[in-house]
Amino acid sequence: MSTNAGLFSSSLGKKYLMAITGLFLCSFLIIHFLGNIALFTNPVQFNEYTRFMSSNPIIRVMEIVLVLGFLTHIIDAIILTRANKKAQPVKYAMNKNKSSWYSRNMGLTGTIILVFLILHLQSFWYEYKFGEVLMTVDSNGNEIKDMFTIVKTAFSEWWYSAIYILAMILLGSHLNHGFQSAFQSVGLRHKKYTPTIKMLGAGFSISITIGFISFPIYFFIIQL
Amino acid sequence: MNLTLKVWRQNGENDKGRIVEYKMSDISPDMSFLEMMDVLNEQLIEKGDNPVAFDHDCREGICGSCSMYINGEPHGPENLITTCQLHMRSFKDGDTIYIEPWRASAFPVVKDLVVDRSAFDAIIQAGGYVSVNTSGNTQDANAIPINKTDADAAFDAATCIGCGACVATCKNSSAMLFTAAKVSHLAHLPQGQVEAKERAINMVNKMDELGFGNCTNTGDCEIQCPKGISLDNIALMNRDFLGASLKSEK
Ligand code: HEM
Ligand code: SF4
Ligand code: FES
Repeated sequence: MSTNAGLFSSSLGKKYLMAITGLFLCSFLIIHFLGNIALFTNPVQFNEYTRFMSSNPIIRVMEIVLVLGFLTHIIDAIILTRANKKAQPVKYAMNKNKSSWYSRNMGLTGTIILVFLILHLQSFWYEYKFGEVLMTVDSNGNEIKDMFTIVKTAFSEWWYSAIYILAMILLGSHLNHGFQSAFQSVGLRHKKYTPTIKMLGAGFSISITIGFISFPIYFFIIQL
Repeated sequence: MNLTLKVWRQNGENDKGRIVEYKMSDISPDMSFLEMMDVLNEQLIEKGDNPVAFDHDCREGICGSCSMYINGEPHGPENLITTCQLHMRSFKDGDTIYIEPWRASAFPVVKDLVVDRSAFDAIIQAGGYVSVNTSGNTQDANAIPINKTDADAAFDAATCIGCGACVATCKNSSAMLFTAAKVSHLAHLPQGQVEAKERAINMVNKMDELGFGNCTNTGDCEIQCPKGISLDNIALMNRDFLGASLKSEK
């Protein structure tokens, strides 16, 4: 009697996909942050790290997985959000939602993250790959692309840093709901462990926001 | 008490509908909300107007028919009660009160505050039942030992009265809390095991088919549910559906 029309055509299937890709993107944020710490050490180390990331074959493969992860998350988000709008076309004249702001605005925060992501890729990834990049030397005296200067120049524009900081705050909001929500979506909920998962999610989102915001602030301070 | 009511009036499915304002005077704080609505309707009938259509039956919080979105919340401002259990003492003299029907494309408005909730019946029909031998040798349900935790969880889920407040308050009009309560009620009991695998799949697919939205775990449903049905039930359904889908051979 089962009319299971394929797992991912059901609402829950799409939710599982959202949760898995969302948590995968969370793991990407950790790696991305840890790598960027090289910005604090010295320009040479950061440039060598960038060269490693853009040439190592394992990282190249992971880059494709990452793009697929983002695309799946975004397309799935659009499908789900459109269906949700259709399910409640008439708004109440008076409505008081008591749930958290960040839980009700995943679509909004997600969209702003997406706009930021495009700007971010344009100014760093595209610039590094196809832009006219100054050359400098690595620790062995070989020529190397000067990514450090690209980052430093970008953050010397106050408006660029402001957009960056705003996007990181909204990313924190997205993660504060998203991290624990992903566990609920796949059914991992338990009286004993769920409070810990929620605390981890809040801690993770705050750390990611503060962590990434520290880069523009660092460049602001060293350029004073 | 003197009150201003802003009530949704809609003359049938094809009418566009509008908010109409009514002034009420000398309302006793001891009246129930539905008694206040009765007074309004008596006044309307005396004037020769159409009374406001609204659903109600038991008026003691067990049938789930008294669906009203009162001042931005299903069943009004108090927690863990239905509209029929709400009293006018929850409001202040001079208050303006908005009264609207449930809003969801799966619950079309029939007239004024009455909506068609037969979509919930369709979800139940898709799997909210158990197979029992009724040929005269029916086993006493109490003859099967059930551990206390499971019995309590099943009972808690079974207290869902199918009122639809969870759908009404959800920004996505998702029926997850209702459906999960029904899945989880039976999943916790030995009698529910016969159809356990099919149940989660069939009920979730029916829910999707009827045009309810997708859950984004905001938790508004749990906050507004008059019976305090927990999000635990949704997690259980998510788990059961995943397991059943992976094992399903269809
Ligand atoms: C680094 C970037 C991102 C991370 C780490 C991330 C992470 C997450 C996580 C963990 C969830 C929770 C999944 C669940 O509730 O099961 C989620 C949900 C969501 N994300 Fe993202 N996300 C990112 C980018 C985006 C982007 C670019 C969009 C925009 C289109 C987006 C839109 C959404 C939406 C709409 C939801 C809610 C979906 C639902 O609950 O049904 N996210 N995200
Ligand atoms: S889960 Fe709660 S709000 Fe939803 S139908 Fe059941 S009793 Fe009503
Ligand atoms: S009239 Fe039955 S629950 Fe309110």
